[in-house]
Amino acid sequence: MAASVADVLASSQVESVLDELDRELIGLVPVKQRIRDIAALLVIDKLRRDLDLQAHRPSLHMSFTGNPGTGKTTVAMRMAQILHRLDYVRKGHLVAVTRDDLVGQYIGHTAPKTKDVLKKAMGGVLFIDEAYYLYRPENERDYGQEAIEILLQVMENQRDDLVVILAGYGDRMETFFRSNPGLSSRIAHHLAFPDYRPEELLDIGERMLEGMNYRFDDEAREVFAHYLARRVAQPHFANARSVRNALDRMRLRQASRLFAQRERAMTRTDLTTIVAADIRASRVFETPATA
Amino acid sequence: MMTNPARRITQGQFSFLPDLDDVEIGQQIDYGLRKGFAWSVEYTDDPHPRNTYWEMHGMPMFDLSDAAGVLQEVRECRRAFPGHYIRLVAFDSTRGIESVAMSFIVQRPADEPGFRLLRQEGPGRSMRYTVQGYAADRPESQRY
Repeated sequence: MAASVADVLASSQVESVLDELDRELIGLVPVKQRIRDIAALLVIDKLRRDLDLQAHRPSLHMSFTGNPGTGKTTVAMRMAQILHRLDYVRKGHLVAVTRDDLVGQYIGHTAPKTKDVLKKAMGGVLFIDEAYYLYRPENERDYGQEAIEILLQVMENQRDDLVVILAGYGDRMETFFRSNPGLSSRIAHHLAFPDYRPEELLDIGERMLEGMNYRFDDEAREVFAHYLARRVAQPHFANARSVRNALDRMRLRQASRLFAQRERAMTRTDLTTIVAADIRASRVFETPATA
Repeated sequence: MMTNPARRITQGQFSFLPDLDDVEIGQQIDYGLRKGFAWSVEYTDDPHPRNTYWEMHGMPMFDLSDAAGVLQEVRECRRAFPGHYIRLVAFDSTRGIESVAMSFIVQRPADEPGFRLLRQEGPGRSMRYTVQGYAADRPESQRY
């Protein structure tokens, strides 16, 4: 029988998942704090259960709101793991769906479709991306409402079987919850994902490169910081996703730079280093940095 | 199958055991899911041994990972057909197998009268045999 918090942590290995979360995900301080809180509650509940104290299963349905590329899906994936290690969900898999997977195209199509998805998600986490599309007030015969009702019923009655996470951009989720108060009140945890600061983006970029076996040289690192400062100000900036796309383009430029040097024998350093010129060629530097 | 001393039909797995409760059924489902089978729920009011194809209650459930989804379907079927036979069937879709891998009854009627043996005299001294469910004599809605 577990007697101390450390015992439970040791037996569930949740500590390692939390550390991983801290190490691998940059920024997101409020989100991490909330995940730690939830983990703490579940650990204490486990201790309480061992002593035959009332341990009410907390409702863990969540909503993740934040701008594009702030890590909502990544965190949801981790959440499934954490909840599994803490014995809150039985299987710990993540089923990611959007409106298309839940809402049917004709009368009577929606209910079986939604139920099917719910059945697949049981024992794990159901992640509904861009959940606000489920509700379309401009069309009163839209089948989205039906999907929401089935969802509500399962979220209420089968709390033991699955955790539902709704995700989407902040402002639109707010409208969505305002028009579906029943849904909002059944979600215990509303997590807002903040935008990354430029230095966090730089860290994220370097970490991504590392994962792909590339690296910046010293000058390139500086230029990339400049690049980010300009890119953030431009429209359609999608945080980490934009960083990933930028890196992919830099790899393309690096490849064609190396490709042009036909006769040269490539060393390991040549193949892994991204230099300042690869970044400077970006469109972002064409416009003056007024914005 | 011809004799039915316990007034209890024995078909599929576990049918000589006491009825499984929902927890035990869940464990069997989980076992099947781990093996990659797709479960489906079937019901009938005519459990003749040669009646291979029972009515399907919904589609076979592919890509599930937890027993809760299947059990939910079983409960719905029990609510819809409180007096029928209901069984769970696991389909193994592995290439080359593609057939039923597990099958067991999860609900049976309170009273199971069983089958009668019918004899028919043929040419010469030959004798033909067949079985017929006592309950199958009655119209569909009154069998169990």
